[in-house]
Amino acid sequence: MVTLGHYLIVSGMLFTIGFAGVLLRRNIIIIFMSLELMLNAANLSLVAFSRFRLTAAGMPDYNAQVFVFFIITVAAAEVAVGLAIIVALYRARQTTHVEDVCSLKF
Amino acid sequence: MSPILFWLFALVMLVFGAAVVINRNPIASALSLVICFMGLSALFMSLDAFFIGIIQVLVYAGAVMVLFLFIIMLLDLRAEVRRKTNLVAVVGGAAVALALFVQIYSVVGQLSAAQKTFPPLASAKTDDVHNVGLLLFTNYNLPFQIIGVLVLVATIGVIVLSKRELR
Repeated sequence: MVTLGHYLIVSGMLFTIGFAGVLLRRNIIIIFMSLELMLNAANLSLVAFSRFRLTAAGMPDYNAQVFVFFIITVAAAEVAVGLAIIVALYRARQTTHVEDVCSLKF
Repeated sequence: MSPILFWLFALVMLVFGAAVVINRNPIASALSLVICFMGLSALFMSLDAFFIGIIQVLVYAGAVMVLFLFIIMLLDLRAEVRRKTNLVAVVGGAAVALALFVQIYSVVGQLSAAQKTFPPLASAKTDDVHNVGLLLFTNYNLPFQIIGVLVLVATIGVIVLSKRELR
């Protein structure tokens, strides 16, 4: 039988993959995609909690799904702004490699 | 949903999620991310969240990934040339990620609610579009309007950022 724990572990694995991508990759677009993976891992655990914690009427807890809806909306706005910043960076420096952008590095 | 389908879709999601990180070609990463989101959407549907599953495909696999592919095309990114990698940083990053997963695993293992199996729903029909919409326009009306302002600000920000002469 599939339990809540299975969904949480799968969500944790997806979060870990995204986290490893942010730490290990040096291409700024791949880092951005890994951020999306982490947001979606959080969404998966929210929806799992919504299904496994039924309300008094015996239906899934829709508060969590509204929260997921907000996360998806904010993520879409964030992707648009982030990609615009990447394009502006590429115009200024002709690179998408994070190690080439180190003016603020101590 | 049968356990076989759960493991199948979870495996698809995790394998293509790992492919996003491993691939050196950004286009291959972006397309793997689309497949990963499809698997995730199937998992949402296995949790009876059909509305969330549909907007996952529409917004992420549709709009967001098209935006990513469009930017990759615009910047004309090729497969990364292999640079000298800092071995200490790679091993350290992998170790930190692994430590995070071990922590998540142990926390979920101690959670007593993690043993819960699927509780049966009161009725086979889940009116989730109706219920989510009702909550959005009653309890969460203020956050919903704030999100509207946020999207407007993001739109203006993108236009300002993509003007040619950035001062």
